[in-house]
Amino acid sequence: MLLAKIKEELKSLYDDIDIQESAEVEEAAAEEAEAPPVVEEGAEAVSEQGDVKEEEPVTKASPPGPREADYKSKGYHLDVALPPEKVVAAAEILSRENFFIEAITGVDWIDEQQLEVVYDFNHFEELCRVAIRTRTDRSNPEVPTISHIYQGANWHERETHDFFGIKFSGHPNLEPLLLPEDADFHPLLKDFKA
Amino acid sequence: MNGSLQQDVNQETFTLNLGPQHPATHGVLRVKLVMDGEYIVEAEPVLGYIHRMHEKMGENRTWAQFLPNCGRMDYLSALSYNHGYVAAVERAAAIEVPERAEYLRVITVELNRISSHLLWFGAFVLDLGGFTPLLYAFDDREQILDLLESVTGSRLTYCYFRFGGVYNDIDDSFITGTREFIKRLRRRLPMYDALVTKNIILIKRLKDIGPISQDMARRYGATGPVARGSGINYDVRKHEPYSVYSEFDFDIPVYQEGDSMARYMVRMDEMEQSMRIIEQALDKLPDGEIQPKKAIKMVKPEKGDYYHAVEAARGSFGVRIVSDGSNSAYRLKLRSPTYSNLSLFGEAAKGMLLPDALALMGSLDLVIPEIDR
Repeated sequence: MLLAKIKEELKSLYDDIDIQESAEVEEAAAEEAEAPPVVEEGAEAVSEQGDVKEEEPVTKASPPGPREADYKSKGYHLDVALPPEKVVAAAEILSRENFFIEAITGVDWIDEQQLEVVYDFNHFEELCRVAIRTRTDRSNPEVPTISHIYQGANWHERETHDFFGIKFSGHPNLEPLLLPEDADFHPLLKDFKA
Repeated sequence: MNGSLQQDVNQETFTLNLGPQHPATHGVLRVKLVMDGEYIVEAEPVLGYIHRMHEKMGENRTWAQFLPNCGRMDYLSALSYNHGYVAAVERAAAIEVPERAEYLRVITVELNRISSHLLWFGAFVLDLGGFTPLLYAFDDREQILDLLESVTGSRLTYCYFRFGGVYNDIDDSFITGTREFIKRLRRRLPMYDALVTKNIILIKRLKDIGPISQDMARRYGATGPVARGSGINYDVRKHEPYSVYSEFDFDIPVYQEGDSMARYMVRMDEMEQSMRIIEQALDKLPDGEIQPKKAIKMVKPEKGDYYHAVEAARGSFGVRIVSDGSNSAYRLKLRSPTYSNLSLFGEAAKGMLLPDALALMGSLDLVIPEIDR
């Protein structure tokens, strides 16, 4: 029940994305990575075909829209791919529905020159794990902070900044948390050499 | 220098470093405190003193080679971490686990949970100035370590679970030993209750101290006894049943007060519930294999990402796996419960007396290697 409700609410975030896509197709080139036109069930289709497409990226950027995931095999219920500027609005919706924050982390998609930020939310009363994901350009990774909505995000974002160098704009204190205070490296980037 | 000194004089506050070498921080945690006399104006935990980058290690070794790392994060409830990791990989690679192996996992994890709570109990009361209970608690905990040593081979940093099962079966002496231990602890818990829980000094130190509201727990993602001490009925074992937990009858202790006493009571009550689970598991323990019939030589989960959470002694431990279909993780995120639980300390400790803040910190049950990973 909660799942259907939150899915419906998160859908509202995509209202203007559809309009944008049809209106300014050329300009959307930069955003295309975050919102590829139609890639249906990208990851599954690739894995089913097996070895034929060795060159395919590990997982494609998810198509926009809240998609229900198979909880039993995946461990989460809702997979929500958003452009970075929509993340704050998504966090606001989840906070209104009393979701709690489980974690924030990054993934380095070096082949696509993108960094992904994944936010995990869950609910204390009803099991409903929502994964919000957003992708940003690897050369200048920047995502707005949600630490003013979820104070717990403060540390998670600092950690993600430590490990991936992703800048969380608006963060009150984006200092190294787990790494030394003078650290200028990001160890979870795939091209990091110790 | 003069400027900052001058400012401090005007505000009549001073900065105090608690740790990184301080007995109350249980390891190497440092807290930067801005004090107004005995009262805390600002508290900022400083992490990273024991950061080892386990998540990177997860990427540069095979799935199986990472197994021993699990016991080195939360070294007090290592088996919960074992469980979280193998369960996540089993979900990703669709590995079936024989029922007997799941029962053994539950039995050993719950024993480990009791030993973790016992150590917390002793250390927490020690933080508050009571030395004796620590010795009692270690005496009891020692029995568990002996039991777990006989089956896992180690006393602290266990690495007992394998993908698809466990590596060693239990024998009759483990079963009788465990039943005897439960009998023993049931005699000891009322003594703890009379000696410590009902002690007026302890009550005065904990009651109404360090309140954590439900909303604060939600905003910071606090789980485990910290959330349950604030009236949140959230336990992964019930909320998101994994392994064979759905087959047992047990309660989730929840206290509404949200103070340090509530968190204390949750853990004390949880030990009895863990014993109930162990007893039922021993009664119902099915025969059969403890590992898949066909040995798993190579784990290669399908491309994609997966999440699995378990209830560790300190809260929800989550593993997020991103697999590229190869023999090692593309990305391994470890969501440790104490990291989130401690992150609310800055807000919760504001305006508190320093000794009360130490009681609050103790009631969070910190394990630093788990926070820093």
